Amino acid sequence: MALESAVIQQKVIDQFGLKVADFVQLHDILTFEVAPDAILEVMKYLKEDEILRFNFLTDVCGVHYPEYAEERQFAVVYHLHNWVDNVRIRIKSFLPASNPEIDSVVPLFLGANWMERETYDFFGIIFKGHPQLKRILNMDEMTVFPMRREFPLEDGGRTDKDDRFFGRTQQNC
Amino acid sequence: MSELLLPPEQRYASVINQRRNEDGSELSILNLGPTHPATHGIFQNILLMDGERILDGESTVGYIHRAFEKIAENRPFYQITVLTDRLNYCSAPINNMGWWMTIEKALGIEVPKRVQYMRVIVMELARIADHIICNSVLGVDTGALTGFLYVFQFREKIYEIYEEICGARLTTNMGRIGGFERDWSPAVWSKIDAFLEEFPAAWQEFENLLVRNRIFMDRTINVGPISAEKAMSYGFTGPNLRAAGIDYDIRVAQPYSSYEDFEFDIPVGKSGDTYDRFCVRNAEIWESLKIIKQALAKMPEGNFHADVPEYYLPPKEDVYTTMESLIYHFKIVMGEIPVPLTEVYHPVEGGNGELGFYLITDGSRTPYRLHFRRPCFIYYQAFNDMVRGQNLSDAIATLSSLNVIAGELDA
Repeated sequence: MALESAVIQQKVIDQFGLKVADFVQLHDILTFEVAPDAILEVMKYLKEDEILRFNFLTDVCGVHYPEYAEERQFAVVYHLHNWVDNVRIRIKSFLPASNPEIDSVVPLFLGANWMERETYDFFGIIFKGHPQLKRILNMDEMTVFPMRREFPLEDGGRTDKDDRFFGRTQQNC
Repeated sequence: MSELLLPPEQRYASVINQRRNEDGSELSILNLGPTHPATHGIFQNILLMDGERILDGESTVGYIHRAFEKIAENRPFYQITVLTDRLNYCSAPINNMGWWMTIEKALGIEVPKRVQYMRVIVMELARIADHIICNSVLGVDTGALTGFLYVFQFREKIYEIYEEICGARLTTNMGRIGGFERDWSPAVWSKIDAFLEEFPAAWQEFENLLVRNRIFMDRTINVGPISAEKAMSYGFTGPNLRAAGIDYDIRVAQPYSSYEDFEFDIPVGKSGDTYDRFCVRNAEIWESLKIIKQALAKMPEGNFHADVPEYYLPPKEDVYTTMESLIYHFKIVMGEIPVPLTEVYHPVEGGNGELGFYLITDGSRTPYRLHFRRPCFIYYQAFNDMVRGQNLSDAIATLSSLNVIAGELDA
């Protein structure tokens, strides 16, 4: 592998200092956290730097962590891929529950358009500067964000499914 | 509020009110889909038309959204395979194998070489089935029904192989953590051999019918083209990206399941138009056949599953006679398997691009979060860009050649 994780880490830290943190190698992918206000700059740097060259946005998705502190309840996870050196990285950005807002990366990657719309649709995360931030898979009239963990999968009033004897409760099944 | 947030029919209605062509004719709105005989699947595109020409369009997706990611958060790992079947249902085994490999990566399970080769065979068969459908249906959309009916019998042959392996045909639910549910019977091997014997001649005939066919070429060359830069920015992967000239294939870039053991080429196109996509898929079928032949020739001896009793169901007769097997059987069926706290992303080269599984575990019986990186969903957003300024009939051919599968698009 031509581009080592340590090199990526050093370059990103040199450039952004305290805006990036928590570097960890999870299986084959270097993962780190970026402050939400710096996401666009960091992505731009990763994409345009001559050594890093993370030129492909593989994936954007949201995660909800209701058990975390208030200012870290939502995460937006970006997977970037450098096709020249064939290296992937994962970037996480944690957002507060009261105001989950982050800059859109559509100016850098056209493909982020629908991926961010999907994340908005399911988690209610607002992407600032997105050209068309509206629901995509769910119907427009929907008022909830169904992938948030407080949203139940099934109607809680069902009596025909009783799995308590197998250690399952409303919370874990 | 931004204008783009309005429903497309409202936006286009105001354009129609404001604009007249010089000869006095009006623009019009065409609601293509969601159920339309020319779109194979549930796709709705609202198009602003000037006669036959598409001026603008907007895709409204989600008609068969089934909340797979939400359901997956509430299911034990082995019950999620049936959800992956229903993503790209034209090549369900690739999704199944991709999902098993994701779990194996998270759990740190090493599977035997034989299993890896068997997986390669079944994934390549699935890729052939996927490309048969896409290319023959592109023929149908440009007026050649015969070729479609002719090669479809070979998709049936592939489905018979699936049936022999796992009992199911379309939504296969094939395999287990660590391998296959049973060893392949002699009938599987003989059916694969028969397929390899008969299919190339038929596929050659199909190619001869279309590749240098004047009508087909006129209908597909320079139709729905996309440049390499734009395809990359839009997140294209798979044959559609390679048709634009970028030789990115996960089987080579990040080999999984022993793909590094096989010799094959990555076909690439040049202009990224419908014809190039067709040719890339044709060429990929030949490469897939090459891979299957090599895998059969080099098939190692060994077991059809990894030796991981905590994750792999024991044989039924042992469940009735030995205590350990009974315990493992019970725990596996109830989903109570030991899972480490981890995060993995595992990509496989699906029928139409990079199919990725992003799994976050929290040590419980279900995933904390499972996100499917669905290639169709990501590249379909380029569709309206690709057909802007083209004729309606070209849009149909473009949609068909992109191989957008509604199940994968809407999850």
